[in-house]
Amino acid sequence: MATYTLNINGKEMQVEVDPSTPMLWVLREHLQLVGTKYGCGIAQCGACTIHLNGVAVRSCQLPVSAVGSQEVTSIEGLSENGDHPVQKAWLEVDVPQCGYCQAGQIMSAAALLKNNPNPGDAEIEGAMSGNICRCGTYVRIKKAIKLASQSSAS
Amino acid sequence: MALVKTSMGRRMFIQSSALAGGGLVLGFNWLASCKREPEVVGLQMPKEWYEINAYLKIGDNGVVTIMSPNPEIGQNVKTSMPMIVAEELDVDWNNVIVEQAPLKTEAFTWQVAGGSQSIRNGWEPLRMAGATAREMLKAAAAQAWQVPVTEITAAAGMLKHEASGKSAGYGEMASAAVNIPVPEEVVLKEPKDYKIIGTSRKNVDGKKIVTGQPLYGLDYRQEGMLIAMPVHPPAFGMKLKSYDATDAKAMPGIKDVFTINLYNENFPRGAFDHSVFDELVIVLGNTTWEVMQAKKALKIEWEKAGDVAVDMQFFGNPTTVKHPSGLESSSAHKEQMEQLNSRPGKVVRKDGNPEAAFRNAAKVIERTYSCPFLAHNTMEPMNFFANVTADKAELVGPIQTPEWTEPAAAARLGMPLEKVDIMMTRMGGGFGRRLYGHFVVEAAAISQKVGAPVKLVYTREDDMSQGTYRPTYLATYRAALDENNNLTAFHVKAGGIPESPLFANRFPAGSVDNYLAEDWTIDSNISTGAFRAPRSNFIAGAEQAFLDEVAEAMGKDPIDLRLELLDRAKNNPVGEDNDYEADRYAGVLKLVKEKSGWGQEQGNVHRGVSAYFCHNSYVAQVLDLVMESGQPKVERVCCAIDCGIVINPDAATNLAEGGIVDGIGHAMFSELTFADGVVQQQNFDKYRLIRHSEAPKNIDVHFVDNGIDPTGLGEPPFPPIMGALANALYKATGTRYYDQPFMGNKQQRVIG
Repeated sequence: MATYTLNINGKEMQVEVDPSTPMLWVLREHLQLVGTKYGCGIAQCGACTIHLNGVAVRSCQLPVSAVGSQEVTSIEGLSENGDHPVQKAWLEVDVPQCGYCQAGQIMSAAALLKNNPNPGDAEIEGAMSGNICRCGTYVRIKKAIKLASQSSAS
Repeated sequence: MALVKTSMGRRMFIQSSALAGGGLVLGFNWLASCKREPEVVGLQMPKEWYEINAYLKIGDNGVVTIMSPNPEIGQNVKTSMPMIVAEELDVDWNNVIVEQAPLKTEAFTWQVAGGSQSIRNGWEPLRMAGATAREMLKAAAAQAWQVPVTEITAAAGMLKHEASGKSAGYGEMASAAVNIPVPEEVVLKEPKDYKIIGTSRKNVDGKKIVTGQPLYGLDYRQEGMLIAMPVHPPAFGMKLKSYDATDAKAMPGIKDVFTINLYNENFPRGAFDHSVFDELVIVLGNTTWEVMQAKKALKIEWEKAGDVAVDMQFFGNPTTVKHPSGLESSSAHKEQMEQLNSRPGKVVRKDGNPEAAFRNAAKVIERTYSCPFLAHNTMEPMNFFANVTADKAELVGPIQTPEWTEPAAAARLGMPLEKVDIMMTRMGGGFGRRLYGHFVVEAAAISQKVGAPVKLVYTREDDMSQGTYRPTYLATYRAALDENNNLTAFHVKAGGIPESPLFANRFPAGSVDNYLAEDWTIDSNISTGAFRAPRSNFIAGAEQAFLDEVAEAMGKDPIDLRLELLDRAKNNPVGEDNDYEADRYAGVLKLVKEKSGWGQEQGNVHRGVSAYFCHNSYVAQVLDLVMESGQPKVERVCCAIDCGIVINPDAATNLAEGGIVDGIGHAMFSELTFADGVVQQQNFDKYRLIRHSEAPKNIDVHFVDNGIDPTGLGEPPFPPIMGALANALYKATGTRYYDQPFMGNKQQRVIG
């Protein structure tokens, strides 16, 4: 066990956990930020995607000991009131079916648009290929990313 | 629409005046379960509110809470079922709060997510719940204003008496409405008067989903809760011999390691009380990560299990399910199936003289199709919360069959049913996996044993290697043509492990004079169960791909051939048990022909068509493929659906899009194989699911507008797309695809 002071969603938070504990479980079980989801535990499904210094990472493969003072953003901290352009686009297009993977999809999409505000189809597919949606909402996800891209630009 | 007697459903409309008013909080509250204060979103019920019936409460300010009775697995029932209540209540949808209803079988009908039946079975009770409440509000207003009730109108949450100019909101009359007797009869609206049904409304949980609020079973927690994880045998056909938990118990955060047995030996199991692993090793600890590590430190000896026979009740039909001993492998499965399929099967249906017709045929086409086992792979793995004390069992989590699982949990706990309570969370996918509530019983048994609140969590590997898999199937089709290329006989022989996919009375039965349908089965110790559109999820694609070859051999357009056969089935049907309406079947084919621009495709587009009827609904699809760098890419899918009245069109479209993507993905990529009983794909590194770049670029969905009472939609768009895909692949590559997954191991890379 060790004590870590983490920078999560703009706030300092302290946890006492084993150093090997992935951020996925630190967020979910130690900080009760359960929007980040467990899907596979081996970085194959993307349900656990968070931002580390603004870059999309799979939190199931990120041990707490590797985080240090880097900025961690989970879905709960993506925006103040759920009004990030990607979140708004997701609601406008009414993307979710079961909804379980969508926090990870949104985090991947938000990171994509930050670096590439106007991605083409192939770029969207490339950036999103690590996020599985078992319900098959891919067509809507792409539509929502394009909508968010336009609304950010305007 | 007619005056409808309410008496049949009266029990659900008995007003509970004792509960009225006072802000009694029903159901369970996430606030109590999370340290963090959830964001307050939108509407709030006022302090004073009145429960008119089990489906709805009206606040004194007119805000309405509608209870959504059924489990939500992503099929949109939590939005669309309350829409039906709101329609008949005649209230502004923007003034409605939706809550998940408790499991309350005395008040609600069919609290199950399965068989695409939620809307179909809920159609009448949901409308009656709204309509009776509306009539009670009108009666309350009539009493208050001393005017005849027939002169009162109700619309958009307002009651009006035109002659006197009096008006009041529903909230003002709610307290009086509670004391109005439930009407004996109500008049339901005509579809032409609908203001909510048939209009697209956003997912009621949308904001919570996109902001990461706790919604799912895996998100649920209570103070003092422990985490339990199971260890099941590494192979089907094995069982526990002994274990040494010394090292595991010494690890940080670990509370205990023990075994549990699942069902009581004398418990009469129902159709969904299903698991082949009766004895499990359980690791109990403080956190999921710690328990995951301790699992790896267990030293367990397994041994071969003997033959197992389980007596089960399949909806009143006693059946003995046999699980023979042995360690099964996919290679042996294939041989066994081919061997059995080469012999005569059990004749399920026979019309005319198919033997003679085949003997006299000028041409016989014979093709064999197969598909592998599949794992459901809901994104949220199996899990459940249980807090069992001497007085009650509180069970919370994702389950498609709460009303069928509660009795199994009660029997296992040795508690009366009324002391066991299952509360439903939103589910991270269902697809049939969560029909089988063994994990609910496991959680309950663990909590009872340790005397603490417990959340049972499966890892992805646990989930994928102890499934209730889609069975593996094999089917051979034969068609006889005469010298003029007329179809004279049709023969299907189909089987699988452990069940046959055959639907002997579905199309093209009824449209061919000489018809034979046979089946066969092979017992197995691998656990299988319902998977989105059971049996149809294979046989539709096989049949529709075969018909494509038959049409080609006959020199006919594949849509024209189907329409001709359906015309025959309508005007001069063969046999009496034909399990489809030929007109509605033909209707979706004609619609998809028109909307897809059939026959007008451009040079590089390769098209396949398919149509199928299952779960009371009709679907036809045209799939367009293009080849990009030698790889097939789905450019467009055009889909026509007849499921009667569509409640929430955009959500229904979403569900159909998902079914299409799901069908393409499984047909192209997914398979679960076995070697000596061991599942060979235990996570998403080996098990292929469809990904973004492999989804169709465009999907357009068109609904037949016929005003017929609504039928299912969760399943019907899924099976036929596999046939449309196979047919388009043939056009694009010149090769017929008979064995799923079509891309198999040959292509693990992402296309597109």
